[in-house]
Amino acid sequence: MSSRDSILAAVLKNQPPLTNLPDISGFKVPEEDVVEKYKNTFSGIGGLVYSAKNIEVIKNHIRENFDTEKRIVSTLPALSDVAEICSASVEPQSFEDVELSIIEARLAVAENGAVWLTEEVMGHRIIPYISQHLAVVVDESLIVSTMHEAYAKIADEAYGFGGFIGGPSKTADIEQALVLGAHGPLSMTVYLIK
Amino acid sequence: MKGTQDHATLAEVFNRDEDRVDWHDGALWWIRQKRDRSANLTPQWEELREAASAIKSNVISNLHDYLLQFEDNLKKNGVKVYWAADAEEHNQIVYKILSDKNINQMVKSKSMLTEECHLNEYLADRGIDVINSDLGEYIQQIDNEPPSHIVLPCIHKKKEEIGELFHEHLGTEKGLSDPTLLTRVARNHLRNVFMTRRAALTGVNFAVADTGEYVVCTNEGNADMGAHLCEVQIASMGLEKIIPERKHLGVFLRLLARSAIGQPITIYSSHFRKPRPGQEMHLILVDKGRSELLARPDFRDSLKCIKCGSCMNTCPVYRKSGGLSYHNTISGPIGAILAPNLDMKKHADLPFASTLCGSCSNVCPVKIPIHEQLYKWRQVIVKEGYSASRKTFSMKAMALTLSSPEIYNTAGKTGRWILNHAPFAINNKFNPWYKQRDMPDSPEQSFSEWYSKNVKKS
Repeated sequence: MSSRDSILAAVLKNQPPLTNLPDISGFKVPEEDVVEKYKNTFSGIGGLVYSAKNIEVIKNHIRENFDTEKRIVSTLPALSDVAEICSASVEPQSFEDVELSIIEARLAVAENGAVWLTEEVMGHRIIPYISQHLAVVVDESLIVSTMHEAYAKIADEAYGFGGFIGGPSKTADIEQALVLGAHGPLSMTVYLIK
Repeated sequence: MKGTQDHATLAEVFNRDEDRVDWHDGALWWIRQKRDRSANLTPQWEELREAASAIKSNVISNLHDYLLQFEDNLKKNGVKVYWAADAEEHNQIVYKILSDKNINQMVKSKSMLTEECHLNEYLADRGIDVINSDLGEYIQQIDNEPPSHIVLPCIHKKKEEIGELFHEHLGTEKGLSDPTLLTRVARNHLRNVFMTRRAALTGVNFAVADTGEYVVCTNEGNADMGAHLCEVQIASMGLEKIIPERKHLGVFLRLLARSAIGQPITIYSSHFRKPRPGQEMHLILVDKGRSELLARPDFRDSLKCIKCGSCMNTCPVYRKSGGLSYHNTISGPIGAILAPNLDMKKHADLPFASTLCGSCSNVCPVKIPIHEQLYKWRQVIVKEGYSASRKTFSMKAMALTLSSPEIYNTAGKTGRWILNHAPFAINNKFNPWYKQRDMPDSPEQSFSEWYSKNVKKS
């Protein structure tokens, strides 16, 4: 008998009588200004968040705040004059020298400041993790209050990879001292557009 | 390895440095308080706990079918699936995956399961070098010590000690102890590791039966750095990590980081579903005592655990004895109820390392009645004959004394006489109660003496 068979047999024999799943449709938060909530939550975590009137404002902000001599990549065609638009068919290691990546979010969550990205908007899965700095463009209409609403929007989408990203990478492993910038990006900037 | 020393002995060693105990205690209590602030800000927090508990009850009661469904979906997604009955089999599977591709270096993100399986040592013996990429786990690895907490692996270490380790292993300047600078050094060193490893192994926080995807949560981004750069991605998971549907992630991701460290979500919650082009994904389903635990009605609820560590942060015994005193990969209250199922003899002392205050049950996001299980394990352990002989003896002596009015009265009279006339006979190192406690003052008379004088007459 293979381990698979013996494990399944043991589980079947030992599991208790069926209990039902609970109804989780009742989880809501009180009516709120999701954009304000998102901004407060995200900046509370150590993220930088700006409202941008349009894509030009974003481009100017990038020029002023990031080293444009270094490598900047994006999957947003509108940013082609400040960033290199990534090619899908390269080795992920080739992105090691990326200083800043700019990605458009699929949605964002006000209760925790996280953005949801799937591999199509990342270009390459490694990009939002390997860049020294991460910037994400979020359309305000895509901000939801809670994770329940986020998963309702995500529904059954058959992505190969997706990730919530809630701020700059961090650790507090050394005597509980919070350090922003562990293995992922050292900073995260969100540009909110309407 | 601490050999066969029990929790009390190891805790005594830990307690010799009172300042250090106070510091450790304070650090963990502060995290407990962060958890409280975060929970209090979350509407319907108690309902969320109840829902999480109910979802996991359903999982435990339907685990067989969910496992089949999960396996089926994994395969459809292009992930290779393996089943391991125990640690040895799990380690053999990982070794085979790597050696088949001539890989002799791997980077690993946090996985308590592989720590329990002693995977790193197994692979090292066979010429495969594994580096732990989580900063706390990395620090413990270079110090050749297991993690003391499942979420905060080196919470028991001071920054100066960590600085010393970095000086020795990474060539940083002697005396450097600034956390930011040390973290930057680790970042650069581990970045090079990520760039050059063909294989990466991750744990699994949640595995969705319905979609065949699994979620890995980190704050550091190390799981993603390993996974998205490697050719061969391996995930090791315990059977109980299953959840039924993707939408249930909403409940668990809202509870996990808030319970663990008072954050609304971990920085990275990565949902892996299909290999990327040119990459292989492998997932190993591990039993290692879980199907046995499933058979125990009193203890099966401990399978609901989502490994948040909140029970450890609140437990007064854990805070004041440190995770390494529990001689088990998973320590603290949850460790004390999981370990006896794995090896009752080795871990018989753990359910007794508790005051049964119930704080753990109070914070557990999936409402495991931990303190009740600690009590029930004690009864099992004594019945099976694994309790310390001194404890068995004193329990039997107490049972005898309490069952006989004559013996009870004599014992009481004797005790009162000794306390009044010869306290040195009890107030010494042979009396375990006297360690760091005073004996109570002796009453002038026992209750029955008072009763027969004052009440019986009337």
